[in-house]
Amino acid sequence: MTAQLSEVDLEHHFEHTIEHDQRIEPRDWMPDGYRKTMIRQIAQHAHSEIIGMQPEGNWITRAPSLRRKAILLAKVQDEAGHGLYLYSAAETLGVDRADLTERLIAGKQKYSSIFNYPTLSFADVGVVGWLVDGAAICNQVPLCRSSYGPYARAMIRICKEESFHQRQGFELLTMMMRGTDAQRQMVQDATNRWWWPSLMMFGPPDADSPNTAQSMAWKVKRHTNDELRQRFVDMSVPQAEALGVTFPDPDLKWNPGRGHYDFGEIDWAEFKEILRGNGPCNAERIAHRKQAHDEGAWVREAAAAHAAKQRDKELAA
Amino acid sequence: MSTHDWPLYEVFVRSKRGLNHVHVGSLHAADDAMAVHNARDVYTRRNEGVSIWVVKAADITASSPDEKDPFFAPSADKVYRHPTFYDIPDDVPHM
Ligand SMILES: [Fe+2]
Ligand SMILES: [Fe+2]
Repeated sequence: MTAQLSEVDLEHHFEHTIEHDQRIEPRDWMPDGYRKTMIRQIAQHAHSEIIGMQPEGNWITRAPSLRRKAILLAKVQDEAGHGLYLYSAAETLGVDRADLTERLIAGKQKYSSIFNYPTLSFADVGVVGWLVDGAAICNQVPLCRSSYGPYARAMIRICKEESFHQRQGFELLTMMMRGTDAQRQMVQDATNRWWWPSLMMFGPPDADSPNTAQSMAWKVKRHTNDELRQRFVDMSVPQAEALGVTFPDPDLKWNPGRGHYDFGEIDWAEFKEILRGNGPCNAERIAHRKQAHDEGAWVREAAAAHAAKQRDKELAA
Repeated sequence: MSTHDWPLYEVFVRSKRGLNHVHVGSLHAADDAMAVHNARDVYTRRNEGVSIWVVKAADITASSPDEKDPFFAPSADKVYRHPTFYDIPDDVPHM
């Protein structure tokens, strides 16, 4: 046995681990603030994956071909898997997955603002894959190096799967662009509706993001919101050109001095309204999640009853 | 009744013949059979595995609360367990 380490020693050891780009593992000592931040970040991310199944799930029964239906099913199933990897990572911090689900349904924990917009046409399925999963990839690739080990490992699995999501979306749009004028119009319309919300996915501007400095110091965040947003804009413009659509921003243009695209002001009032619960689909998303949870209750009960019966049989044998 | 009552299982996957099972994550299930089933659906959607182990997290005995611990000190101070500890003349072949 060794003597009990003092709080100062533990904190020093924690900081030393992070400084040397080593990972924090579940049973390590960590400051309360770090634990709370990680629980909030991972839970919010898990909820986003789960709620994120709804906008696209909306189109599974109406996919225009068996091929598209199979692809869309696989993608939505992946998002369920992503949610589960992340709930699993959150549980290593001492929270319970069932509690997190209850907190989501009660509106006590957030999920990404993007999933509060409706998917109005099948072109939306393509644009969500291209832009929404594209923005998610931008956000998530640096998180593969998050200082919290279980989160970083979950992100590596997720990033491997996201590439299919973005590519299927882009391919779908490419096919529609080769179709009729009406189909091209659908793609442009969906692009117009999803562009700004996609830029909001990176969160408030750096000046308005008070937690960023601490998160960067803890290496749970590797780039600021504005850095990642800029990276996403720079990546997306040539993709839009290849596709033959435009983004709804008259200020979007290449700035040779900066070596980046300039873009217009984001409507942060709209973003804040959505976070307050007043987006077009907030109520619907939570109601649907609650309904799915309630309607699944009998399955959970039956599984538990079956498990108890099997246990009794084993004991009797 | 909720999944509160379902035990936590840790999941280990052998990705292909010749390799060890590796820990990939965890899940909740009502019983062992359901845990294996769910592990397949959650962790091997793209041929990531040829074999799955699940074990109740409560049944795992671990070394200590901390990954850096005096428990491992005995292996740190035995440099003579490593081949580089020994000086061999450069002109001796195959060693
Ligand atoms: Fe995902
Ligand atoms: Fe995705």
